[in-house]
Amino acid sequence: MVVETSGHFWRFGIPSEGIAREKGELMITVDGDFLREMYRRMSRIRKFEDTTKELLLGGELYGAFHTSTGQEASIVGSCMALRTEDSMVGTHRSHGHPIGKGARLDRLLAELMGKETGVNQGKGGSMHLSDFSIGSLGETSIVGSGLPVSTGAALAYKMRGEDKVSLCFFGDGASSQGTFHESLNLAAIWKLPVVYVCENNGYGELTSAKDAISVEDISVRAVGYDMPGVTVDGQDVLAVFEAVSEAVERARGGGGPSLVETKTYRFENHAIGRLPEHYRSAEEVEYWRTERDPLVLFRQVLVERGFDEQQVDDLDAAVGEEIVAAIEFARQSPAPPPEAAFTHLFAPSAG
Amino acid sequence: MRTVSYIQAVTEAMTEEMERDESVFIMGEDVAWNMMGDCTGMVEKFGTERVRNTPISEAGFVGAGAGAAMVGMRPIVHMLIAPFMYVAFDQIVSIIAKSTYTYGGQARLPITLRAPMMYGVSNAAQHSDRPYATLMTIPGLKLIAPATPHDAKGMLKAAIRDDNPVITFEDRSLWGQSSEVPDGELIVPLGQAAVRREGTDVTVVTVAGAITLGLAAAEQLASEGISAEVIDLRSIVPMDTDTILESVAKTGRLLIADPAHEMGSVASEISAVVAQHGFWSLQAPIARVTTPHTHMPFNADLEKVLLPNTDKIVAEARALME
Repeated sequence: MVVETSGHFWRFGIPSEGIAREKGELMITVDGDFLREMYRRMSRIRKFEDTTKELLLGGELYGAFHTSTGQEASIVGSCMALRTEDSMVGTHRSHGHPIGKGARLDRLLAELMGKETGVNQGKGGSMHLSDFSIGSLGETSIVGSGLPVSTGAALAYKMRGEDKVSLCFFGDGASSQGTFHESLNLAAIWKLPVVYVCENNGYGELTSAKDAISVEDISVRAVGYDMPGVTVDGQDVLAVFEAVSEAVERARGGGGPSLVETKTYRFENHAIGRLPEHYRSAEEVEYWRTERDPLVLFRQVLVERGFDEQQVDDLDAAVGEEIVAAIEFARQSPAPPPEAAFTHLFAPSAG
Repeated sequence: MRTVSYIQAVTEAMTEEMERDESVFIMGEDVAWNMMGDCTGMVEKFGTERVRNTPISEAGFVGAGAGAAMVGMRPIVHMLIAPFMYVAFDQIVSIIAKSTYTYGGQARLPITLRAPMMYGVSNAAQHSDRPYATLMTIPGLKLIAPATPHDAKGMLKAAIRDDNPVITFEDRSLWGQSSEVPDGELIVPLGQAAVRREGTDVTVVTVAGAITLGLAAAEQLASEGISAEVIDLRSIVPMDTDTILESVAKTGRLLIADPAHEMGSVASEISAVVAQHGFWSLQAPIARVTTPHTHMPFNADLEKVLLPNTDKIVAEARALME
């Protein structure tokens, strides 16, 4: 099955020409298996997050808890533009990113329970849910701190002549940190194979991006670093996939870094269960949940393109079974022994 | 054996490791221009890819060093001077020190930060810090302060080969000093203090450039009939407290000479360790010769008075003997 679709896509010009929005149409070609896998990964994130929220509110999980619900298209569209060996860096809100890149759910859930079988052996938890086996180089909970790390990985790939690409996820809030600006500058002067994906969910913690960021579209900031910057509908997985694929291809081909901004929304509060939500209206949240749900939107695309509803339901059902098994795995897993508090402070050195 | 200066020893260490291992490279402000004179001949030998100038962008390039290390490189990041690390503090603390632990051993960070310290030369407060005590409070970092050309070479090579982050505090008062360094391979393991002079009456532990003052003081004390044992700490984390405790068990007296500010200093930490684990050996209170809790003034005379010197060490050691 071949599907063609167009994304919502804008490109920004150079300052001397003003910031010209030129609406373009990108066409991509992917097969049915690829689309199924896209939907499956989005469904895995959604169900994982719904489950973890329930477990948290039920008292089985603990700690600060920032979920990816609502941002699935941005995550999966980006991750599926990468190869397995490409690396990525995540944030405090990154339960979804390892799932988007194909991580096992059971070891992620075990980590959220602080178990020894967790990806970080119970030492990272929700804000550092980082599975290095699928190419993660960490999920870092200080906003903006991952940008230099992903830039450095790209530097290594370039110095070694490898054709790997480094992708960095960060939020709208991080785009005001110095590390964002320093990283983009380094990547530009060194022409590094890195893709910066800014998931603009409209709020940095509780403060609206409108009150905190000098520009409406964060991709404009790419202009200052002489790299391509695009803004894309972050609820449209194919649009994200197209935009990030183009940036990845540019990076891999020696064309240097890009900035992709995905306009998205987090359905849940900044953190689950512990903060006021008076900074945004119930109507706004309801609008995004009902009109802009990336899973609902993608399901419509799939059905329009010839999938039947039952096929999509089957994907959801299979994911549900995977979640049940993951919960069971995590619950049955042992807690780390007390001495684990002291291990991994240093890596054993080959010397 | 050859006579080599401290700064030459540093250059030799970096050059040899870069010859030996392609994953080793150096980056920092003006390294390719050899601004500090410690990268002599390196850009000619390795080119500007591996002797890489950076913009004035410490958080960016220190963090980039961390990222490169996480995917298998062994970067040497030249901080130019130690206080510039403050600009990159989140990268050093949140990323470099914590990643191996937080990710349950999935990440390795074989990165070396070179932090030359320039104090006592009228650069005023912002440029004159000796910030090893600040960094000592953060688990996950190895901190060294080699004090001889021999150790500058051997410990820097060990740091580069270590699979963990190492910050090397080079005291620029030592850069011009020369002494014997063996030909060929030289590795000095991290975590070991060195007894530079044996004695029986008082233990003098020195940190970084204070070794020069400690040895001069010991010489003077000997002429007065006081036998000082001088220990060069060399490695701040891990700290070789065994060597210090053994010495104090013998001498019964302890003086620590540390050029950094006194509050929460390396001298304070050594004092606490000895008070806790060597208390019954002590025949006198522990003495600290450090810098008082104020900033480095620009005025040369004002600055000089604040810093440790040989006379202060001699006077304090004498007092311990009374």
